[in-house]
Amino acid sequence: MTETVQIEESDSWLEAFEALEHADKDSPTWLIPFRKAGLAQYAKTGLPTLRDEDWRFTNIDPIRKTAFRPTLAPGILEAAMLDGIPYPLKTGNAARLVFLDGHFQRELSDMSKLPQNVTSLSMKDAVAREDLRLDQHLGQYTYHHDNPFAALNAAFFQDGFYLNIPKNLQIETPLHIIHLSSGNDAQASFARFFIRAGEFSKCTILESHHALSEGIYLNAPTTEFVVENEANIEHIKIQDESKQAFHLASVYAHVGRAAQFHSHYLNMGGRISRNNIRTKLNGEGLECVLNGLYLADGDQLSDNHMIVDHSKPHCDSHEYFNGILDDKARGVFHGRILVQQIAQKTDAKQTNKNLLLSNDATADTKPQLEIYADDVKCTHGATIGQLDDEAIYYLRTRGVPKAVAQQMLVHAFAGEIIDRIHHELIREELDEVVWTRLEKFAHFQNVSTT
Amino acid sequence: MSNKSLLRINNLQAGVEGRTILKGINLEINAGEVHAIMGPNGSGKSTLASVIAGREGYEILGGEIEFRGEDLMDMEADERAHLGLFLAFQYPVEIPGVNTTYFLKSAINETRKARGEKELDAVEFLKFIKSKAKLLDLPEDFLKRSLNVGFSGGEKKRNEIFQMAALEPVMAVLDETDSGLDIDALKVVANGVNQLRGPESAQLVITHYQRLLDYIVPDVVHVLHDGRIIKTGPKELAHELEDKGYDWVIKEAEQPA
Ligand SMILES: Nc1ncnc2c1ncn2[C@@H]1O[C@H](COP(=O)(O)OP(=O)(O)O)[C@@H](O)[C@H]1O
Ligand SMILES: [Mg+2]
Repeated sequence: MTETVQIEESDSWLEAFEALEHADKDSPTWLIPFRKAGLAQYAKTGLPTLRDEDWRFTNIDPIRKTAFRPTLAPGILEAAMLDGIPYPLKTGNAARLVFLDGHFQRELSDMSKLPQNVTSLSMKDAVAREDLRLDQHLGQYTYHHDNPFAALNAAFFQDGFYLNIPKNLQIETPLHIIHLSSGNDAQASFARFFIRAGEFSKCTILESHHALSEGIYLNAPTTEFVVENEANIEHIKIQDESKQAFHLASVYAHVGRAAQFHSHYLNMGGRISRNNIRTKLNGEGLECVLNGLYLADGDQLSDNHMIVDHSKPHCDSHEYFNGILDDKARGVFHGRILVQQIAQKTDAKQTNKNLLLSNDATADTKPQLEIYADDVKCTHGATIGQLDDEAIYYLRTRGVPKAVAQQMLVHAFAGEIIDRIHHELIREELDEVVWTRLEKFAHFQNVSTT
Repeated sequence: MSNKSLLRINNLQAGVEGRTILKGINLEINAGEVHAIMGPNGSGKSTLASVIAGREGYEILGGEIEFRGEDLMDMEADERAHLGLFLAFQYPVEIPGVNTTYFLKSAINETRKARGEKELDAVEFLKFIKSKAKLLDLPEDFLKRSLNVGFSGGEKKRNEIFQMAALEPVMAVLDETDSGLDIDALKVVANGVNQLRGPESAQLVITHYQRLLDYIVPDVVHVLHDGRIIKTGPKELAHELEDKGYDWVIKEAEQPA
């Protein structure tokens, strides 16, 4: 099955790595082999092609053709630039972590709202702290063999964030990671996040990605969650990159007994974007929800690829992904549910719904159930279609004009996903964000129904 | 009773995909009147209701429909609603994600806007809507729920009548609103319709059973068969149909006069 890919001698990533090795003199000793392993994994496969089963609907040729340069040195972001970004929770009730091209911006961040006993520091500082033992933890829960972008992140990350929430601590204030890309052509960012939620702890983490300009850049963050027994993490990721950009994110979660891991995705930007999500359900009685909405128009391609690995009995997992696609946009969903032999009484549910607002928009959906246990409940369903004429007619007979009726239905379709966000303020703000984005769609006002 | 004509249907012929379903309907309903249409399954009752309400997808092969002196044929469903027409669906549609309150506010205010009336603000609207909800004995939280989602058959029908009460139409068409209702729900529905009765309004009640007509007493009863009104009579006709079925009417109609 695996095919050897010829890496050209001029592969810009290999060249970039040589430059990194020269520059990177004072890294901790474990980090060099860590990076090299990432690079070696990348070199083994190169960037994926359509022949690769996990990438068969997502043609990344435009990425392959660009010689990206990783952003090795931190830039400085001025506060005024942040003001121009319409990010949620602006009103200041969140602990705020700001990043520019993968580098932590201490001046613009505000962690004063986080409790004292939380360990929180930039990834650059964290890898140097021997007591945190990141040599043992970082990359422990990632899988690179099917995801070259996570491999590249391991090779090239410079900074990011480390967060350790101690046992029993319930943090009410959401933590907001704001990642900005300068948007310069051919610039690549590799932020690295490591978040550990101790037993019985609770936290809401909002992660949003924005652009300062409309260039052709690459943003490939990797986030690792370790959710210990009975912890509760709500993670909300907003992707609002430039329409020219490439966003290839990797999210890994390792979830413990009776824990709750709810991870929400709102994808709006990027010419090609993908969330590569992999969760390992590693304790009994836990619940894992992956819940996503993708909005795409023009020639955007929005891809969500996930693997939910049921490794213990009595776990519930749900994946809900809805896409609203206009113009020539493409939506891709690939949801693999893996139920190990030991994982009896698994309850796994998966749905992917696509609403096509134009005749040129397309959606590809691929459910994949791989079940080795015999006493499980697994369901999946997928739809690709247009607005329900019957519903529009019903609304119109009540005096609701056609355009308003259509908007109501599109909004409702998005609302199915948004409503699953527990944090009320974030939910309400995202509802606004979605509405604002939809209003820019060419066919939002006048949806074609056939 | 005033003799002002509200709805005038003249030789209406309509069909779907090349198949003629309505084969020349003549019907005139005056303000202040309640008409009932009865008829066997498949005779075209829902089709007639849909064509009056402005559903797309029907081919109008001939004839006219006038409502309040205006030609309905060129009007969209929402424009007909603004003019005061209401259809209670035989099969109300479930619309996930569309909140009932939000929907109703839009429906009422769009209608008021189209009629040149002032839109209701949030407070006025809630007060208005709660007073209407009380009449219909609907589940407490139904205003917060998605439109018709998770409703039982009976709840859906009551929700139709609730919407009718809230929109205060000049003319309501009820398509088998009674089917699937127990006697208590039937009385609630009938009460909702009777509240709307007045010298300026009219109701067209489509039903299978005369049971509903014990509570909504019609002025005129029509029998629809194979796309034609084959008999028209006073309210007693409903009882006769209940006792003897439709066959005798059909036979009578087939006999050359
Ligand atoms: N959209 C449609 N497409 C095809 N046939 C239809 C459609 N609507 C109604 N019909 C047909 O027209 C006839 C009348 O249907 P309908 O108006 O629903 O009758 P009723 O309400 O009296 O039971 C039936 O034979 C039905 O199958
Ligand atoms: Mg019918």
